[in-house]
Amino acid sequence: MSGVITPRGASRTLLSINSLLVFLFFYAPIILLIIFSFSDNRNVGVWGGFTLDWYGEFADSQPTRKALWNSIQIAVASTIVSVVLGTLGALALERFTFRGKQVFDALLYLPIIIPDVTMAVMMLLFFAELAGVLGLSKGFATITLSHIAFSISFVSVVVRARIAGMDERLEEAAMDLYASRWQAFRYVTLPLIMPGILGGGLLALTLSLDDVVITQFVAGPGWTTLPVFVFGLIRKGVTPLINAVSVVMLLASMALVALSLFVQRVRTTDSA
Amino acid sequence: MSIIEQTVDEPIDGLVATPEFEAANEAQQRRRGFLMALPAFAYLILFFAVPLVIVIVYSFATRNRFGGTDLNGWNLESYRGLGDDLVRQILVRSVVLAAITTVICLLIAYPFAYYMSTRRPAVRNLMLVGVMIPFWTNFLVRNYAWYVILGTDGPFSQVTEFVGIGETRLLFTQTAVVMGLVYGFLPFMILPLYAAIERIDGRLLEASRDLYANGFQSFRHVLLPLSMPGVIAGSILVFIPSLGAYVTPEILGGAKTTLLGSYIVTQFLSARNMPFGASLSTVLMIVMLTATLVYFRKGGRTL
Repeated sequence: MSGVITPRGASRTLLSINSLLVFLFFYAPIILLIIFSFSDNRNVGVWGGFTLDWYGEFADSQPTRKALWNSIQIAVASTIVSVVLGTLGALALERFTFRGKQVFDALLYLPIIIPDVTMAVMMLLFFAELAGVLGLSKGFATITLSHIAFSISFVSVVVRARIAGMDERLEEAAMDLYASRWQAFRYVTLPLIMPGILGGGLLALTLSLDDVVITQFVAGPGWTTLPVFVFGLIRKGVTPLINAVSVVMLLASMALVALSLFVQRVRTTDSA
Repeated sequence: MSIIEQTVDEPIDGLVATPEFEAANEAQQRRRGFLMALPAFAYLILFFAVPLVIVIVYSFATRNRFGGTDLNGWNLESYRGLGDDLVRQILVRSVVLAAITTVICLLIAYPFAYYMSTRRPAVRNLMLVGVMIPFWTNFLVRNYAWYVILGTDGPFSQVTEFVGIGETRLLFTQTAVVMGLVYGFLPFMILPLYAAIERIDGRLLEASRDLYANGFQSFRHVLLPLSMPGVIAGSILVFIPSLGAYVTPEILGGAKTTLLGSYIVTQFLSARNMPFGASLSTVLMIVMLTATLVYFRKGGRTL
């Protein structure tokens, strides 16, 4: 049941051309970047024959590898914490009423809509003020704490959507059949919302691996992530090494999308 | 007293819905909900709400001679700075570029979203995936791709030279920044538009055509008003991040195209005028909150 009527004639042709152009616009830059990462030329946008040198340089570059490893550690740590906190928050909001619920709801939305730069400034000043109290030095802890602060919201939005689509009577049925509260949660609710939790987790992982602005503000000397490291390289002067690193980051995001689409697929076949 | 009556009238362990039991149960539910929300709630208060308040406090503080910040003696000095010519220029430029980006996204995305909603479900899902992939792809890398394309002797320049327009030097111009912003945020426009258009009952459009509306009239008076929530949601989702954009102008813009986002960063990382940077951030935040409130007032559900 298509919602809108199908256009005919010239308008249809124009619409399909527009769509083709949109896809060309989306994918041409990505494809060109991949091609030029194999180009044997110091100028990043000019083809100079095939080479794998830049990938070799990436593998040999100590600071790049260090930054990559930092990124992975931070992404995993912040994802685990934000998935647990975000899922609990989502369950509380969808299934219970409690004092301060509306404030909590609003507070959960803010990190999603606040501009990156503003949040970066917030975290910078916060850790500057806190440095004396907690003795946190800029690095793993400050970056991870900041990433969790925005990831919780994204996880809870995704999980909430999943809980909202779930039939509450299933839990009631389980408890009518003498399941304890915990058993009903463990064997009914949790499996049903699992795709939402995985989807939220993958989103958190992606966001953590992508972030430049906030991380740049809370990263310390000697403790930086791959995107921040690459951003610094781009501003210092572009070398083909950046092409290769970019393609690796590109493929990592693509793998995460594929994974999340797979999770979504499981979700649709589940409910069908 | 028969056995049957006994089982009915004297339930075991008070397991009956007396008002007291209901109340106790509800209180327990509330406690349980609160306890579940507590970790995330506490985390967001400590690591989001408190930092937010700190920024606002800083915006009323004074910069001292050493580039530090004196928190006592609140004043509006840094807000007065917003009236400076240079700052006004940057603010106007940021708003204009963000508006241009939003309009371009709308013009490209609307026909695309409409076309998408007229396709078979299988094709539709495929197109949706096609939009989602760039949406999930590393933002920095996507901006960098345009750096490669628009650079001197880069692919874009070679194409224009080949077609006969001549060599182009778009990198480090405002045009390049707008291109990068449109590229970065177009999915934010397509997705809510598609969600809004897909929900519309097609019979309303048919009815308008039956009543002798031409294609444009039925678009203008039926399709557009019905898809307005999507238009507003998409516009906000594109306009706000464009206004605060930092990565895109840093990579694709030149020294003469400073935008609000970069200017705020400069206040903290090099100019060391934190109160002024904080006041700019506060203004950006207020714009964002106002836009969001407008969106929810207009009947938007989720962002």
